[in-house]
Amino acid sequence: MRVKQISVFVENKPGRLEDILGALEKAQINIRALSISDSGEFGIVRMVLPHAEQSQESLREAGFTTRLDTLLAYSMPDVPGGMLNNVVKPLTKAGINLKYFYAYTDPATKQAVVVIKPDNLEKAEQILKSL
Amino acid sequence: MIRDPQLEKMSRVELEKLQLERLKKQVAHVYEKSPFYQRTLKEKGVKPADIKKLSDITKLPFTSKADFRDNYPFGLMCVPLNKVVRFHSSSGTTGKPIVAPYTQGDIDMWSEVMARSMAAAGMAAGDVMQNSYGYGLFTGGLGFHYGGERLGAAVLPTSGGNTKRQLLLLQDLGTTVLTCTPSYALILHETAKELGIDWRETKLRLAICGAEPWSDQLRDEIQGKMHVKAINIYGLTEVIGPGVSVECTEQCGMHIWEDHFLAEIIDPVTGEPLPYGSAGELVLTTLSKEAQPVIRFRTKDITSLTPEPCKCGRTHVRMTRVMGRTDDMLVIKGVNVFPSQIESVLLAVEGVEPHYMIVVDRQEGFKSDYLEIWVEVSEGIFSDEMSKMKDLEKRLRDEMDSVLAITAKIKLVEPKTITRYEGKSKRVVNRDELK
Repeated sequence: MRVKQISVFVENKPGRLEDILGALEKAQINIRALSISDSGEFGIVRMVLPHAEQSQESLREAGFTTRLDTLLAYSMPDVPGGMLNNVVKPLTKAGINLKYFYAYTDPATKQAVVVIKPDNLEKAEQILKSL
Repeated sequence: MIRDPQLEKMSRVELEKLQLERLKKQVAHVYEKSPFYQRTLKEKGVKPADIKKLSDITKLPFTSKADFRDNYPFGLMCVPLNKVVRFHSSSGTTGKPIVAPYTQGDIDMWSEVMARSMAAAGMAAGDVMQNSYGYGLFTGGLGFHYGGERLGAAVLPTSGGNTKRQLLLLQDLGTTVLTCTPSYALILHETAKELGIDWRETKLRLAICGAEPWSDQLRDEIQGKMHVKAINIYGLTEVIGPGVSVECTEQCGMHIWEDHFLAEIIDPVTGEPLPYGSAGELVLTTLSKEAQPVIRFRTKDITSLTPEPCKCGRTHVRMTRVMGRTDDMLVIKGVNVFPSQIESVLLAVEGVEPHYMIVVDRQEGFKSDYLEIWVEVSEGIFSDEMSKMKDLEKRLRDEMDSVLAITAKIKLVEPKTITRYEGKSKRVVNRDELK
């Protein structure tokens, strides 16, 4: 399944994450998953959430630099080896490189969901669908 | 359009003859009327009668900004107060302000060189000119105002600020020519973007920008984003205000109106004259001013001159875009760099917007071992992948190294971190100023 992800550029200084989350709370947006990649001086906050366009607008209004990307989200049983066997092995076999990924558990389905950015989205999607 | 072909296309020989005649009169005038010039000429052992040819100008003493401050407010004035019809003044950021008195004759000459400049920039009678230079003591506002009226344009004196109203008037009154600092042009553009205004749907076609140093890359930005031709204009309060020189529509250097201003280039350290083509400090002598002429005024602006004929047909010498101020020159581990050069390198990288700040640790004078450049991350250069962001940092660092031979730390910062300036922008800060 394809999902939209919002990325936000943040300087590494106190209170910035609070500002991002505050802007989303104000817009009544619930975050599904969040990951932060940091370089020491700045970070990239990536989030999967409903109403991506509206969320982006709220963050822009709060003065953030943002972008919207399409990624893959794949559900699988929340068991040991689940991600290894269901996602990583098949994609590695096909020669697909993962730029980054993060995971969360969906409380409704009790399934684990992994959000991935492959170097070749179409191909990765085909492989995961065919499993 | 050439407003005054007879003067603007005069042969160099004729022009220099006119300059010499006027120079003699100007020197005699200051010697007779100003105790300050009497003293400085005597100290140099030179009398007005010693000026027999143009090159004799090098016998005359320099005048500096400090001379204006030390003799504040009327020490350099050459007419009685009852001949003065106006005063302007430049910001006194370092002590006393500079006071510039004008006689009616000076105002006429200034209006004429401004009208001539605007015509050279491509403006004409019938244009609607929105003047967003600040009105008041600053020479920008009234200088453009009088020039625009003299040329026969409809002048809209908006002054600076109140950007949304400026954009409303610009659309509703059909502004064709915008006059403002390049920084303010960018502010107008940012606000227009926020309001969803498409420049192509307005009548704006020309921007005449000056009063602060800017780069060719910044010009490209303004031209590309606002769909206008952006013309560079130059001037100084001490000399007259804007209108000392301007680009013609060929955009290949600014013609100095040499029938009124005599230009030299000197080595900023030794004060020795430099030949055409060499970069150095611009020195200006007024040739027709009454209230407060200046003799060999050291502008602190770094530029170079070329007397090569221009495609437009004007014979007046052209100066390059000001590369920097002798005051702003940074010496980073022994390498001379001007903020404008740093701007050029940044803007050459795709997607980088002209919002940056240079942070130095000023130890003594302008020398610093360490340079940090803050660059705002716009949506155009932001990536969700950390490796691409690190690549951008590295690319900017490498470009600084390969183009300018300086080692700089690049710091990526959030949008609007860097103060926007409506008037003259401040690009270099000392680390101590950042609290």
